[in-house]
This record gives sequence, C-alpha cells and structure tokens, in this order.
Amino acid sequence: MTLAEKILARASGRTSVAPDEIVVASVDLALSHENADLVRKSFQEIGVPKVWDAERIVIILDHRVPAESEKTAATHKAIRGFVREQNIGNFYDVGRGGICHQVLAENGHVLPGMVVVGTDSHTTTHGAFGAFATGIGATEMAGVWTEGQLWFKVPSTIRIEVSGELGPWISAKDLILYIIGKLGSDGADYRAVEFDGPVIRDMSVAGRMCLANLSMEMGAKVAFTPVDEKLLRYLARRTSRVLPMSPRYAPDPDATYERVLAIDASTELKEPQVARPHAVDNVCPISAVSGLAVNQAVLGSCTNGRLEDLEIAARIVEGQRVHPRTRLIVIPASQEIYLEAMRLGYIQTLVMAGAMVNPPGCGPCVGVHQGILAAGEVCISSTNRNFIGRMGSKDSRVYLASPAVVAASAIAGSITHPAEIGTKEAA
Amino acid sequence: MTTEALVLRGRVAAKLGDNIDTDIIYPGRYLNVTDREKTPEHLFELAYPEIRGLIRPGDFIVAGKNFGCGSSREQAAAALKFAGAGGVIAVSFARIFFRNSINLGLPAIVSATAVERLQAGDELLIDLTAGTIRKAGAEEPIAAAPLDPRAAELLAGGGLIPYLKKKYAAG
Repeated sequence: MTLAEKILARASGRTSVAPDEIVVASVDLALSHENADLVRKSFQEIGVPKVWDAERIVIILDHRVPAESEKTAATHKAIRGFVREQNIGNFYDVGRGGICHQVLAENGHVLPGMVVVGTDSHTTTHGAFGAFATGIGATEMAGVWTEGQLWFKVPSTIRIEVSGELGPWISAKDLILYIIGKLGSDGADYRAVEFDGPVIRDMSVAGRMCLANLSMEMGAKVAFTPVDEKLLRYLARRTSRVLPMSPRYAPDPDATYERVLAIDASTELKEPQVARPHAVDNVCPISAVSGLAVNQAVLGSCTNGRLEDLEIAARIVEGQRVHPRTRLIVIPASQEIYLEAMRLGYIQTLVMAGAMVNPPGCGPCVGVHQGILAAGEVCISSTNRNFIGRMGSKDSRVYLASPAVVAASAIAGSITHPAEIGTKEAA
Repeated sequence: MTTEALVLRGRVAAKLGDNIDTDIIYPGRYLNVTDREKTPEHLFELAYPEIRGLIRPGDFIVAGKNFGCGSSREQAAAALKFAGAGGVIAVSFARIFFRNSINLGLPAIVSATAVERLQAGDELLIDLTAGTIRKAGAEEPIAAAPLDPRAAELLAGGGLIPYLKKKYAAG
C-alpha cells in the first residue's frame, strides 16, 4: 500500500484499503483558525453539548490578527468564549502563535501516521510530517467536532521522485512551482502525492513543508515527504512523545501508483520559477518575466514565511535599500520565527533595508489587510495564490516566486534573478 | 428521505470556463461574514458581479473543469446556495468545494459534456440518481455522473447539519 492507503487503513480499522473505496476514518487532530466561529455555529446547530475530544482540537487565530475590524474582534471573542466553555487547551491567541500550519508543526501537534483535518486548504502542509492531512469545510468540521470521524474516498497516489540537485538560488518553492506548472492546477486533484528522491531527502523540513503546502495548488488531497531521521530529529525537539522509526510511516515497496513522475532537478530546473497571474499553474522560468516593475514585494505566508526564508532574504538585502518604487512587506510565520529572526539579526537587516515587518499571520495573502494592492499594481510574492483580486484590487497582479526572488526583486524594483543583486551595484 | 430533492428543475443562469477558483466565487476579504444568508452579497463580486442578479431560484451555474479550486472556504458554496442556485454543473470539481457543496445541500453535478451542450437560458430537468440532464426541446439527455449514495442521502436530507441533527436527536 502507499502511505495514504496505509494511514487510512489503520484509521478505519482495516487491514488494507484500495483507491476509490470509501472509508470512515477516525480523526487524530482537527485544526481551525478564525473559521472556528463558523464551525462553532454549525456545531451548536447540531445540538450536541460537548465536542468529541477537546484534546484533539487545535484553534489558532491567524487570518485577521490582530483584529482589523470590530466584526473580526467579535469573531475572536466568540471563539475565546467557546474555547473556554469546551476546555479546548490548544488555543493560540493573538501574540501566542502565528500562522496555523507553522504553529501546529512547531508545537509538535502533528506526528507521522496521523489523520489531520483542518478548515484550511493548506492543511496538506502536514504531509511533511508523514500525516494524512487535508482541508475540509466548516460544516464538515462541525461533524468532526461531533463524531471524531470522517468519510474519505481512498485516493490513488502519484509518486514524484526528484533526483539531481537544486542549483544556486533554486529552492523548494521553485521545485513545487515547476511541478505545478507541469501537472496543472487539477493535475493531482483527489490524489495523494508522495515526494521522494535525493533532492527531497536533502531538503530541510521547512522546504518539505513548502512542497506539501503548495501541492494543494495542483489539487492534491494529501502530499507526503519521507519520514526520515532528519524529520524525527525535528520532532524530538518539538514533542516529548517517543517516536521510533516505523515501517508504518513509509509506503510498501510493492505499493501501486497511478503514476510515477521522475524529475531531474539539475537539468530541468535551471532557473528560479515564477507563477504569473492569475493561476498558480501559469509557471515560467524567471527570465520570461524579469525586468517587470513591481510595486510591492511580499515575503511570508504558510508557504514561505519560515526562518530559512527570512534568512535568505536578509542575506540578499543586506546593506542595500528597497527600490523607491517598491514596498517590501515581511511577515514571519510565527512568534517563534519572529524571535529567532530577531536574535539572528535578520529582522534588523530587513528593516534597515526598508522592509515593513507585519505581525505573524496570513497578512495580505488572503486580501484582508496589511498590504492590499490598488488597481494596476503589481506584486511579487512568496505566498501561495495569485487568483484575481486575491491580494486586493481585481485589477492588480500577483506573481508568485521564492523568497530569494522576492527579496532580489524588492531591491531591484522589478522581477529579478537573485544572482543579479550585488553585481548591479558594482556595474 | 425525499427523493424529490434529487430531481431538479431550473434554468442555466450563467456559463463559466475552467478553473473557477474560490476567490472568484467568494473573495477572501469577506470571510468574516459568518451568516450564510448574507454571503450572496459577495457572490462572484470581483470578476462576474452580474451573475448574482441573473440567478433565479433553482437556476444552475454551468462550468468547465476544476470548479471551486483553491480555498476550503465554505462561503463559496454557501453564497451559491443562498443566492438561490439549484446546483452547479461542471466537468469536474475541486474536492473541498465538492464536499462543501454536498454538505450544505447544494448539488454539485459532474458532467463531461454539459458545458459544451448547454447555454445560458436553457431549461433543464436533472435526475441526480439516474445521472441525466434533460434540456427542454432536446431529444437526447446529457450524461452526468450518478450521485454517490452517501452524497444522495445528504442532499435528500438538506445537507450534513440536518443529517447529524437527526442522528443525534434520535440517539
């Protein structure tokens, strides 16, 4: 069985399952953010007095933090009331957490083999921890809060093996944008994805989270990277639960795949990649769009707001100034990352270059606040979606790229290959 | 369980292309609207604001592949339902939108050819169990994927909340 099949078999009390079978799986962890208020309303409509297991519910405020309006303040307040009433201990309020997927990982909530559901499409992020993790809607979550279980159609699995190596200035983000460009925005719809190969094994946990996170943008139900010693070392720092390596966390050698895709990163991925408006699969090498003037550059989100993302950006902008026509907005993904980036001097470097630092949260990525675009404006962004109006005006345009490209473009004032920054000064 | 709920009559209110994403259906800036009845105010607001006014009760939206891709936001399905739509007919649906739609009691109908054969204004009679879309005046029905029994049960009962309400009231 593939890893998705193994986890669903375990969670539904079966010895084996096959693609297209419907199973009812027990849920190990249920994540919500501000839409917990919508879930609460549906839950109260169902009329059951207590949630199925308060220990397995995690609520993290991130979409509108701190509250940007009176309406949101009321939503936050209602969630706080519900959390108290139901004794939900795993609640991360304003200033205690950050972006839900980062906070869930940092606090060791997700372990290999778990079934994780979240009322956020980017819940696929947790496949980087070997969890069957997927997004659901608020009403469905109300059902999970009631019953602790959910039906799933067992997905078939696409295996993606990445060999070679990522060249200079090529990151996990470039790799996943390239793959999405290849497969299309529904190329993995309803499917599980298993990433493996030397490039993935070499990749940091943060990079793996970026891959699993953005796999949602090709429709993936779940996306796994390997459970290996590197991951177990990460988890050992995050949880006191003992985690011996287990064959349960890997696909069987004779697993059946719908498709196996081999990618040689050394030959196929020669340049950083950019997703042009208004679709994440509208991907091209950076050379096709370099020189395009940008009004705003955004570094952050559940896709790319992690310490290594801030580090590379700080290295690129160090000693330089953000271009006069461009605004650079930086959003550390969590309080922990924020603190660490301060301790290491990245925040200082970024601020001295002219960046504005927003509090940990989703920021402008969902088009709510903290960096909305006007009509006609262009933004280069490390976030995850470039749909029409995603970050503001329907007449604005968002280009998605890696943190390094975002930082380099902020300095140049136009979409720029990071290798060019620094050499420009000399020229 | 009412089987009448599984036979639908309505008109095609609008026809859209492929990859209609959740930001197009319902912009992220309005996710703080938690009263489902109020969500239609922002339906297709950024790209197709005219559609909202075209939907009469029971009307359908017809689209290409991957309808509802993107966010897990339930407001996308809710806005269509509370605008009065009788369902969405598409070549394929993104999985979270499909589940949200059925859970809210809004039929999501998969048909490979409907988008080619239907136009705005067509009058339709749809049998969800049989998987047929009949256009007024046309002889041949258009094939649709027959509804999964689990989805049929949820739709017939008006969605997941009424279903669970009944289940737990009985228990």
